[in-house]
Amino acid sequence: MAVPQAKYDATEARLAQMQRPAGAGWAEAARDAALARVREMGLPHRRDEYWKFTRPDTLVQPEVPEAALFDADEPEMFGTFDRLKIVFVDGVFDAEASDDLSLEGVEIERLAEVTRTDIHWARDHYGVLEARGQAPVARPLAALNTGMAGDGVVLRVTGKVSKPINLVYHHRATTSEAVLHHLVKLEEGAALTLLENGPAAARFNNVMEVEVADGANFQHIRTQGRDHERRAATHIFGRLGQESVFKSFTMTANGVLTRNECVLEFTGDDAVAHVAGAAMGDGDFHHDDTVFVTHDAERCESRQVFKKVLRNGATGVFQGKILVKAGAQKTDGYQISQSLLLDENSDFYAKPELEIYADDVACSHGSTSGAIDEEALFYLRARGIPRETATDLLTLAFLAEAVEEIEDADLRAEIVERLEGWLTRRRG
Amino acid sequence: MLDINNLHVDLEDEDKSILKGVDLKVGAGEVHAVMGPNGSGKSTLSYVLSGREGYEVTEGSATLEGADILDMDPEERAAAGLFLAFQYPVEIPGVGNMTFMRTALNAQRKARGEEEMSASDFLKLVREKAKTLKMDPDMLKRPINVGFSGGEKKRNEILQMAVLEPKMCILDETDSGLDVDAMKLVAEGVNALRGKDRSFLVITHYQRLLNHIVPDVVHIMANGRIIKSGGPELALEVEEQGYEDIKAEVA
Repeated sequence: MAVPQAKYDATEARLAQMQRPAGAGWAEAARDAALARVREMGLPHRRDEYWKFTRPDTLVQPEVPEAALFDADEPEMFGTFDRLKIVFVDGVFDAEASDDLSLEGVEIERLAEVTRTDIHWARDHYGVLEARGQAPVARPLAALNTGMAGDGVVLRVTGKVSKPINLVYHHRATTSEAVLHHLVKLEEGAALTLLENGPAAARFNNVMEVEVADGANFQHIRTQGRDHERRAATHIFGRLGQESVFKSFTMTANGVLTRNECVLEFTGDDAVAHVAGAAMGDGDFHHDDTVFVTHDAERCESRQVFKKVLRNGATGVFQGKILVKAGAQKTDGYQISQSLLLDENSDFYAKPELEIYADDVACSHGSTSGAIDEEALFYLRARGIPRETATDLLTLAFLAEAVEEIEDADLRAEIVERLEGWLTRRRG
Repeated sequence: MLDINNLHVDLEDEDKSILKGVDLKVGAGEVHAVMGPNGSGKSTLSYVLSGREGYEVTEGSATLEGADILDMDPEERAAAGLFLAFQYPVEIPGVGNMTFMRTALNAQRKARGEEEMSASDFLKLVREKAKTLKMDPDMLKRPINVGFSGGEKKRNEILQMAVLEPKMCILDETDSGLDVDAMKLVAEGVNALRGKDRSFLVITHYQRLLNHIVPDVVHIMANGRIIKSGGPELALEVEEQGYEDIKAEVA
């Protein structure tokens, strides 16, 4: 099918503006293939069904919209955790600010290096899950990323890694653009906690491909920074082997435009995948969670838990799908997306979908949107808790189900503290 | 302690008057019971006093130790020493019972210019009070009232009362939905809190709760007014004769 003219023009304009990194033969081939996918699909357009609730214009246009810098006057995210830090400033690796890239149980490399190496395990994985994720729904910004990303981390996890790896993204220039592509491969029985935090750039395109082999365990916790004017399009592509575990949680406070896509595929039996998000926004905040989970194995469990707190005209979007293929018997699929609208000007759009071809499955989904419960508010106030504190308590309670998805108690506490901070700062 | 004068209250959304001139004085350390048939305005009285939205005071006044409470926000009334034990305690998933009580206690202390209580002191206090109410410590960790039985919810109300140590306690049909054993436990909890500086207004439909919490004064409320007041024997009269006879008698 030919790409419509407007879309073709927009795609070519963007491609012409970007600089393609050079690399070894296999990387060149992977990038050629990815850019061919981009041209075949065309970059997102606001008339695309998949972008019905989120305008992609500013993610697609060649010019990066200016984003003011934000100076956080608070303790560094995950700062109290023993972790291995890998820092990117406006998408550029910062060796000085990063820790030594050696840690037992994991080989840590950078995409910029491995794509210059002729023989590397990454050649059989780079862009593979992204390409698989292009059907049945096109995700052209992810293909653009595969074609243009010059750096990122390449992790091969062979054991149970003792401390988290933390990707830290700083935003320092008002019109910077970051395109990072991470490759994570957990070998059989391996375990890794990966943390990501920060706004990354004025415009950020991030892709993470995660292979979770049989019995492996991947825990991912991400916060997207405090900068409000930044724009981000992120994709996580995960493939799960037998009895593996994949858990991903994202906290988003602020951001004029965020589109977080997560595309997961169960290929081995008895695996578990949980994807969760807590987003809070004010004013011209726009946050979109788009999730696609494919069950192609038996007895797997998937959970999607997304909560959004919206105020002063903020917008939240959830598009979540569970696809259960024929033969994926005993699938346990759960999906909930809820918004708490703190005033009448804020909007929440939800598109939950189930598509099931197996006959012995348990799948449920729910989506709600509502205001603070007045009965609960009065109960708290009648005990002496001031209205604002009571509203905050109820807001945190609303977000709790998503935050509970974080397995590690300390990391969960860190996230709760940040959520409380956000609420406190917004008090009159 | 509590002084209610000629209180008139309308429902805000409808043009309907519920309280039509309530006069009630509860002295320090006294226990008063308000009895009345359904729709007499008993629960409205408790809600108006605690500051629930949706009611409009058209006439009259209510003061707590001389301070006009009708102009206060619900949280200010609580800090001033007013406590409403809810007829239907609200379930709040996601907010832990302990967090809730500690936030409430410290908010009240802060509002009164007092020092906040430390986490460890608070824990000690709550555990001790919970024990006397025979509450499972597990209930303290659970979200507020979530998964509690009817009796557990009411005991949780009394626990909050014991922790917050209010001056004026209003019990809104605390006996509703309780079996005899649960009612006894709740009554014991209340009786333990009786003292010369603490007053109670016990709102109830039936006399049976008053066997356990013996009042100093009983008021009969009907059609938005207090139509008769007397000693504890008045409650027995209601039990025997029903409200209709008393209404006829005063009419």
